[in-house]
Amino acid sequence: MSKESECDQPAEEFDDFAVKPMDGRPAAVWRTRPDGTSHSLTAAEDRPALQRIDFQVPLLDKNDRLAARNRAFFKSRGITALNLVSSPGSGKTTLLERTLDELGKTTRCAVVVGDLETDCDAQRLRRNHAPVAQITTGTACHLEAEMVARGVEALDLDGVRILFIENVGNLVCPASFDLGESVRVVLLSTTEGEDKPLKYPPMFKSAHVVLLTKIDVAEVLGFDRAAAVRNIRSIAPQAQVFELSARTGQGMAGWYEFLRSQTGAAPR
Amino acid sequence: MAPKFRSVVMHEVGIMESAIAAVLEQARKHGARQVHRIVLRVGSLSGVEPEALRFAFDIVAKDTPADGAVLVIDTVPARARCPDCDLEFEAAAGFVFSCPRCTRLCSDLRQGRELELSQIEMS
Repeated sequence: MSKESECDQPAEEFDDFAVKPMDGRPAAVWRTRPDGTSHSLTAAEDRPALQRIDFQVPLLDKNDRLAARNRAFFKSRGITALNLVSSPGSGKTTLLERTLDELGKTTRCAVVVGDLETDCDAQRLRRNHAPVAQITTGTACHLEAEMVARGVEALDLDGVRILFIENVGNLVCPASFDLGESVRVVLLSTTEGEDKPLKYPPMFKSAHVVLLTKIDVAEVLGFDRAAAVRNIRSIAPQAQVFELSARTGQGMAGWYEFLRSQTGAAPR
Repeated sequence: MAPKFRSVVMHEVGIMESAIAAVLEQARKHGARQVHRIVLRVGSLSGVEPEALRFAFDIVAKDTPADGAVLVIDTVPARARCPDCDLEFEAAAGFVFSCPRCTRLCSDLRQGRELELSQIEMS
């Protein structure tokens, strides 16, 4: 037995009719069979229609979202942010000391530095009026986007073109945490050995730049520069490699030229 | 089977929070009251453990319209491409892959790092 349609919409087909409950639930469309009974084309009368949606929504975790926010902030202020990562003792702070002294004369820089404890690095880096903020993580072995955001909040960024983020010394965990930087710089010192890129692929794979530091003592150590560069290139073919010594100044000009090219680049 | 390390689970919990938030947003938009099925695409080299995702799903979906939904995880195999001989091949774990034809080390991964919400069924 066919049902009287309560819907004020015309049926879509000759044998179809619609039933619309007046309590706000969606209408259902029914088709009459030859024997006079009907079956639902949409869903059972007492169940709303099943909807299937297809898409490709990338899933970001909390750090990725906060990193994206940092990235947008740096871009809006015309600041080039670099994330410096390495093992403890590779020379990140010494590199920054010299960079602030030399490049800092012509280009205003700021620094956010992370350690578990102490503000030793921040003390060393307060020079040439560069704003510096120290983050002490307590127990966290890597910086996260949220920490960097808090550190940046504490700085006077007026006229700053370059922000250096000195990460916690660690060749493993920081690789997984986007801080919102536009350049990731991995330092490898001659005292660590040629095989480190092979042993720590995630870190090197994420590098835009690899700095081979303490190059002035390579000979004394019997360090195989060719092997080190070969290893870096096999794991990180995408990275630019610079060999330098922050102590003697060797190779620093190339590093400054790179930094200038990053700030001089026209916004895309 | 509970995942091995707390830090692994924490990572997947963050991802599942994003997934459930996206799912519930869609449910609201379409006036749906119950989510029946959620499909995630997870690349085999995405660094995400499907088991940890399931574990995280149970925690995050609880008491939401997504509670009780079937979670389907489509794993996407990793495929790399050799720039020298243009061969596409199945990539093993890690970040650098040896071309099976010319043994050159390659790092161009065509697929395998996906992490996305690809389908929802709800009513």
